[in-house]
Amino acid sequence: MALEDGTTWWGEAFGDASPASGEVVFNTAMTGYQEIASDASYNGQLVVLTYPLIGNYGTFERAAESRRPWVEALVVRELNATCREDTVDLDAYLRQYGVPGISGVDTRALVRRLRAKGTLRGALLQVAPGLAQDPGVEQEAIAKARASAPLGARPLVVEASGAGRQVGSGPKIALLDTGVKENQVRCLTRRGATVRVFPATASAREVLSWSPEGIVISNGPGDPAAIPQIAHNVKLLLGAVSQRGTARPVPILGICLGHQLIGRAIGATTSRLPFGHHGANHPVQDLRTGSVVITSQNHEFQVDESSIPSGSDFYVSARNLNDGSVEGLAHRTLPIRTYQYHPEGAPGPRDNEPVFDLFLADVRDAVARRG
Amino acid sequence: MKVLIIGSGPITIGQAAEFDYAGSQACRSLREEGIETVLVNSNPATIMTEPGVADVTYIEPLTVDVLERIIVKERPDGLLPTLGGQTGLNLAVALAEAGVLERYGVRLLGTPLSAIQQAEDREAFKQLLVGLGEPVPESLTVHSVDEAVAFADRVGFPLVVRPAYTLGGTGGGFATTREELTLRAGRGIAASPIGQVLIERSLVGWKEIEYEVMRDGGDTCITVCNMENLDPMGVHTGDSIVVAPSQTLTDKEYQMLRSAALRIIRALGIEGGCNVQFALHPERAPTADPDAQIPYYVIEVNPRVSRSSALASKATGYPIARVAAKIAVGKRLHEIPNAVTRRTSAAFEPALDYVVVKIPRWPFDKFPGADRSLGTQMKATGEVMAIDRSFEAAVQKALRSLEVKGQGLLWEAPSWVDVAKPGPFLDRFLSSGATDDRLWRLFAALRRGATVEDVHDRTKIDRWFLRKLASIVRFAEDELQGKTPTPSLLRRAKRLGFADADIATLAGMLPADVRRLRGQWGIRPVYKMVDTCAAEFEAVTPYFYSTYESENEADSLKGPKALILGSGPIRIGQGIEFDCCCVQAAGTLRELGVASIMVNSNPETVSTDFDESARLYFDPLDEESIAAVLENEGVGRGALDRAAAPAIPVFVQFGGQTALNLAERIESIGGVIAGTSADAIGLAEDRRRFHEFADALGIPQPPGGTAESFVEARRIAAEVGYPVLVRPSYVLGGRGMEIAYNDEDLERYFRSALEAGTGRVLVDKYLRGKEVEVDAVSDGRDTLVAGIMEHIERAGVHSGDSYAVYPAQNLLPHERDRVVELTRQIAAALPVRGLLNIQFIVEDDDHRGASSPETPPRARDRPHREDPPRIYVIEVNPRSSRTVPFLTKVTGVPLVRLAVAISLGSTLAAEGYAREDGLWPAGDLVALKAPVFSMAKLLDVDTYLGPEMKSTGEVMGIDRTFAPALWKSLVAAGLAPTSSGSVVITVADKDKQEVVQIVEGFHWLGYELVATSGTAALIRSLGIDVREVGKLSEGDDEILRIVRSGRCAAVVNTPTLGKTVDRDGFLIRRAAVEARVPCLTSLDTALAVVTALRASAVSYSVAPLAEYRAPAAVAAAD
Ligand SMILES: Nc1ncnc2c1ncn2[C@@H]1O[C@H](COP(=O)(O)OP(=O)(O)O)[C@@H](O)[C@H]1O
Ligand SMILES: Nc1ncnc2c1ncn2[C@@H]1O[C@H](COP(=O)(O)OP(=O)(O)O)[C@@H](O)[C@H]1O
Ligand SMILES: [Mg+2]
Ligand SMILES: [Mg+2]
Repeated sequence: MALEDGTTWWGEAFGDASPASGEVVFNTAMTGYQEIASDASYNGQLVVLTYPLIGNYGTFERAAESRRPWVEALVVRELNATCREDTVDLDAYLRQYGVPGISGVDTRALVRRLRAKGTLRGALLQVAPGLAQDPGVEQEAIAKARASAPLGARPLVVEASGAGRQVGSGPKIALLDTGVKENQVRCLTRRGATVRVFPATASAREVLSWSPEGIVISNGPGDPAAIPQIAHNVKLLLGAVSQRGTARPVPILGICLGHQLIGRAIGATTSRLPFGHHGANHPVQDLRTGSVVITSQNHEFQVDESSIPSGSDFYVSARNLNDGSVEGLAHRTLPIRTYQYHPEGAPGPRDNEPVFDLFLADVRDAVARRG
Repeated sequence: MKVLIIGSGPITIGQAAEFDYAGSQACRSLREEGIETVLVNSNPATIMTEPGVADVTYIEPLTVDVLERIIVKERPDGLLPTLGGQTGLNLAVALAEAGVLERYGVRLLGTPLSAIQQAEDREAFKQLLVGLGEPVPESLTVHSVDEAVAFADRVGFPLVVRPAYTLGGTGGGFATTREELTLRAGRGIAASPIGQVLIERSLVGWKEIEYEVMRDGGDTCITVCNMENLDPMGVHTGDSIVVAPSQTLTDKEYQMLRSAALRIIRALGIEGGCNVQFALHPERAPTADPDAQIPYYVIEVNPRVSRSSALASKATGYPIARVAAKIAVGKRLHEIPNAVTRRTSAAFEPALDYVVVKIPRWPFDKFPGADRSLGTQMKATGEVMAIDRSFEAAVQKALRSLEVKGQGLLWEAPSWVDVAKPGPFLDRFLSSGATDDRLWRLFAALRRGATVEDVHDRTKIDRWFLRKLASIVRFAEDELQGKTPTPSLLRRAKRLGFADADIATLAGMLPADVRRLRGQWGIRPVYKMVDTCAAEFEAVTPYFYSTYESENEADSLKGPKALILGSGPIRIGQGIEFDCCCVQAAGTLRELGVASIMVNSNPETVSTDFDESARLYFDPLDEESIAAVLENEGVGRGALDRAAAPAIPVFVQFGGQTALNLAERIESIGGVIAGTSADAIGLAEDRRRFHEFADALGIPQPPGGTAESFVEARRIAAEVGYPVLVRPSYVLGGRGMEIAYNDEDLERYFRSALEAGTGRVLVDKYLRGKEVEVDAVSDGRDTLVAGIMEHIERAGVHSGDSYAVYPAQNLLPHERDRVVELTRQIAAALPVRGLLNIQFIVEDDDHRGASSPETPPRARDRPHREDPPRIYVIEVNPRSSRTVPFLTKVTGVPLVRLAVAISLGSTLAAEGYAREDGLWPAGDLVALKAPVFSMAKLLDVDTYLGPEMKSTGEVMGIDRTFAPALWKSLVAAGLAPTSSGSVVITVADKDKQEVVQIVEGFHWLGYELVATSGTAALIRSLGIDVREVGKLSEGDDEILRIVRSGRCAAVVNTPTLGKTVDRDGFLIRRAAVEARVPCLTSLDTALAVVTALRASAVSYSVAPLAEYRAPAAVAAAD
């Protein structure tokens, strides 16, 4: 593996034999490697796992957060075979979907470099053992790293977005799938909601014509500024809902990319964090109650607080305690709330599932008021 | 604001150094907040009781009465009870229930009383959890076997029987059939003083998982880390190999238990830290159903800091006690800065990028006879921890840290060797529960080709761990065994954590060769930081561990620096005292502007708190890792920089025997011993060399010699006269010292000694007299004796097990002068630069040369001096000793500080501590150091005192005069008899005359006397009535019933001569220990108790330590 800064990292290959390239980011969660690998928000990224022992309990249906692993490649210190019966080795799981991996790397050294330099592009090459430490291979990998396309250049969201479907029963929730993590759907249906999943390309009209009683804009990969089409749709949805005013509201929940898209929809700008937030231990303070929660996070971009238009009726509802970045927006009068972190966890704490209770309470409330 | 902090008292099994770590962190933490701290602890060998840690320090017994008097005096606003372990909690509850807290308006901080009570009372706790919808194992308290069986019929098998109020798990155990249950329940009920046992669904084989959680006043909750026990449910977490974080849990399982732990700490309303223990079903296939619950049970909640929280703190770098203390006084997690990153706050959850393995250290090397099986009752005295990037490496490093003599990775018990087939091996050695050597049994089974499945079936240990162990075995067998290492092979071996020594053994070379090869091939460990955040943020902590990776994060420290070798795991004979000295040494170096570099492997201690030293290497204390640390600090990296790099002083005199044993190797690995030279150390340590040295100086030693054979030994015994003290020429675990009273004893000892492969045996005349002990500090010219301590028990009871009085009460001036003179003589001649501990025997007049015939000097190995001096030197330790912290506190002489300064070139004169008479004047006080034992937890261990040390901890009683000081030490040690009731007296014939005074004493005090025929006759002959009871050996167990009755105030029992089986005595002593009845096996102690009881009408004082100290001492000391 090589980084665009010219450093190279040798290790043993696992998973698929194909090469990979893209942005290199690291995740500090100590469990949930399958949830991470199958989180579509990682589409276009090589993920370094800081916890050294990976694969211990295998992979299994229940831990998949989407239909496939999305990481471009997985970088680990040590790959382990599963110790659980009726589970599939991580190695086989990745191979099945054509995802490569590298193990035996001093991942801590790698992470320290990414922390210092900020997110870098990288490339992974697989060569025969005979070629180990070969300078030629290293040069090739470095070149590939430098040539790899920036996040913006690929239709990451469209790639990740799934087909439309409908699950559960209860109040009608329209979920715009910009790369949704399955646990968001589970959290909604488990609380008694009908969830209709719309592909990211669905137009605002399509969504509204189903006359949803609540709308969720999910998480997803990449730079919100790179998907004007979808951002525009979100803006239309937001507009339509805002027009109905407080009398006949349709609550909106924005998660991660969804939060950023809504941010942009109200005229705020978004920008890159030095090396993103990827982990299950980020402290976030609710600015209204002052209480602090531990959150699961996975994003490169943030909504710029200073750029939120004063007339927008939105205010910052939560902030990250580590770097002060915006963790949530809320509308002053309407039930529109957004979260930069992942209230569905998976991987990570379940402490923030009340976000879904709150959302569905808003929905039921709105339904009731409409009679 | 003023806060009272309760310490945990003496070190006992289950309550060790972790609370000194917690307490001292808390004191510092609160002082940072500008809060005045008042500390009380009965244990002088602690850092928390060092001057400057708390604002006011009391070393007094931990009783309601004492605490009330302190509260009256200090009038604190709050009481912080959660840092003193179970002792602290119980005392807080007692104070609250006695209305003391209310009376003086003292607020209970941190954990509310209700939470403590709910967590402690099994029933209330069950109710709480049931209310929360948390699963608890079905259980029932029963008073009869029928009830037990009825319960079994209801919930089914297997069940666990847990007797109430019997420590040592007497009668406890698991039952899988009606028969077993009937048996166990019966035994348990009999063993329980209140005749009840708890029957509970057995979860043996389930995964045992712990969570360390924190909560603040704003209801913010975090988990610091979780830990997985390699040994499944059934083995106490304190006796389990523990791994952090969990390795075999899916994210769903991890989060499920995490959420449960947070629900519990919220329900209890704890503001601070809390430990929650779970049993998780070892489900193999994670269920596909998203909403399916994975079965688990809540086992226990500790609403306080604990051994586990200390481990969690060291494993993550998150200082739980420090944060808990701040929370207790109202701070919120996000308001407390993260001491490690300085940029983030305490409101986050540590992310580890390494694996942590903890292995317990058991005392069975001291108690060869003890029951070594592991169960629901903790038996370990200490533990080691290792950090690395792979499990294999971490577990092997932990093994190296254990310091069990010769018990490395490849060790096998003699009895295993001839069982070559895996099947039989599993049947014989891995099928009947866990033992202290199970890890080695696992290796041995795998070595014999047992499959992971086989082993899993027998032990229920998760396959993941077994596979790792198997991979270690396979690599040893296939790759290393008999191969000549290549660079790549050696690198892989080191990455898997193989010690140079093991590689050498397998490859048939010397460890030095392996190190040389590594040097040639540049295979060196790098050091990575424990930073709480997996490198996500830049951190400033100086906390490192070694690993074989590419990037080194610990650049050699600039400027003057020195290495301090710690004392490793806490074990009998090497307790917290040495850690206390190491920490003081680090502090002194800081004052002197020298960067202190600490190396230690013990997670419980203050010395491994990363802000005690300029740098902490959490690594084993062996030659390999010290060499690597020195090299990393710039020593001997190639001839060139060796010249450049100034030598690094290495302190070996504070870390007990562990550090001292490394002395002679230090030079060869490029270090320079600070203070007393390796040669002088060797001279004092090697008994044979020392004898010659002493003779040359005319220093009297107990007459005797070294024997290769029984015949020889008998010859020496005949010369010096019985009784004689016999011991291996080098003491190795278990095969310790014994007193032989006749040829039979001697022959028996010899036979077993030879069996144990002990070559030479030292035979010394057993001298009757008082034992005195000194701690001194010397610069090679001047020597200062900080104090002379006199043992209450006569020589023959190990110094560590004796009550020691300072200042000596019964030494004549010329005897005192002689002791000082001998000390100065030895210190100057060795020479000693630093600390020195010497033990003497002052022979009684009436025993001078007793029963020893005139014999021509040439027939002797050493001359037997008949005439004065009557003061013999029995041992010289050129290092800090068990009593250094005690003496430092009562005299105010900063022994460790002086030793460090001198080792770095200063002198006693320069430090202002050189004295004409060489003895520091005793102040207007008397202090007693009393030993504390953990016998209740060690089944089958005989409690009588002898030359082998058995105690695990100590307490101090200090006052203006002897009697109250002694009384307080007895109270603090839990040895004070109740004021009324019966006293059981059964003594060996040899002691009948001496016991008279004691008998009269107890009679005068109004106790009912109970005795067996012999002693009874004696008592009657004194015209004192006595209740005579039959002998156990004659089938009459009335005496045991009396001991257990709850009306028994004390037991006086001396063992019959030698080691001849003394079954009755043994049973009586065990019964006493388990019924928590003071058991006095030395007539000296008994007499002291009587004296103290008589005087205890005299009231004792309660005062801060500083107040007791004589002005002179105080002035000079600070
Ligand atoms: N129901 C049970 N079945 C099997 N083992 C148990 C059960 N309850 C407790 N244990 C074992 O006993 C140990 C000690 O029990 P615990 O309740 O934690 O007491 P302690 O206060 O000594 O920690 C636990 O660590 C666990 O291994
Ligand atoms: N010659 C002796 N006569 C009587 N008691 C002795 C003699 N030698 C040792 N002892 C007793 O045995 C104890 C332990 O002996 P010591 O030499 O100090 O060994 P250790 O290294 O275990 O401290 C001493 O504290 C003392 O009570
Ligand atoms: Mg427990
Ligand atoms: Mg001794």
